[in-house]
Amino acid sequence: MLFFSLFKTLVDQEVTIELKNNLKLTGTIKSVDQFLNIKLDNISTPESHLDEDGDMIYLNNPHFAGLKNLFIRGSNIRYVHLKKSLVDCNLLQDAARRELAMEKREEK
Amino acid sequence: MSSLASSSTSKNNINDLVPLDLLRLNLDTKVIVKLRDCRELRGVLQAFDSHSNLVLSDCTETVYKLNDVTDELEILEKNESEMIFVRGDNVLLLTT
Repeated sequence: MLFFSLFKTLVDQEVTIELKNNLKLTGTIKSVDQFLNIKLDNISTPESHLDEDGDMIYLNNPHFAGLKNLFIRGSNIRYVHLKKSLVDCNLLQDAARRELAMEKREEK
Repeated sequence: MSSLASSSTSKNNINDLVPLDLLRLNLDTKVIVKLRDCRELRGVLQAFDSHSNLVLSDCTETVYKLNDVTDELEILEKNESEMIFVRGDNVLLLTT
């Protein structure tokens, strides 16, 4: 639940998601669920750029052309790169301690 | 057996520690995380959960590649990230 909460605070923020097939996608998080499935809006890849008509050109991933938003199954995610300014480290550490303590209590 | 293990009243009894407590004790310290696909992360542990999902700050990722000819590990690429979430199913081990 800790990371579900974290990603909920990151809604409407820009992140870069690296998938297990090495694909990197930058976009705005629109929504997230308990499995950490993520809906991304305004996506781009590191190799992509806007052409003179304002269309996104994907050099290595032409099948992305025309896609504005997408749903990522959480299990395919390897990393999510975040901006440091969007995360409160002390809050995160305390939340991790609290969650472990809670799980240990439930086990007993 | 179980009564013996829980007989001590000491708060930090070693028997009360679970493996995830090692992660807890390493919060806010620099750790090395080995991942699947010859990947390694070095950064400061900020958060974890029971799936070993992690958040690391000031993180360096190193991707290794085994050279078939010389049988040695070569560094394929190095990447920096100021804050990175790692999905737990990639994690092999965490050490300091």
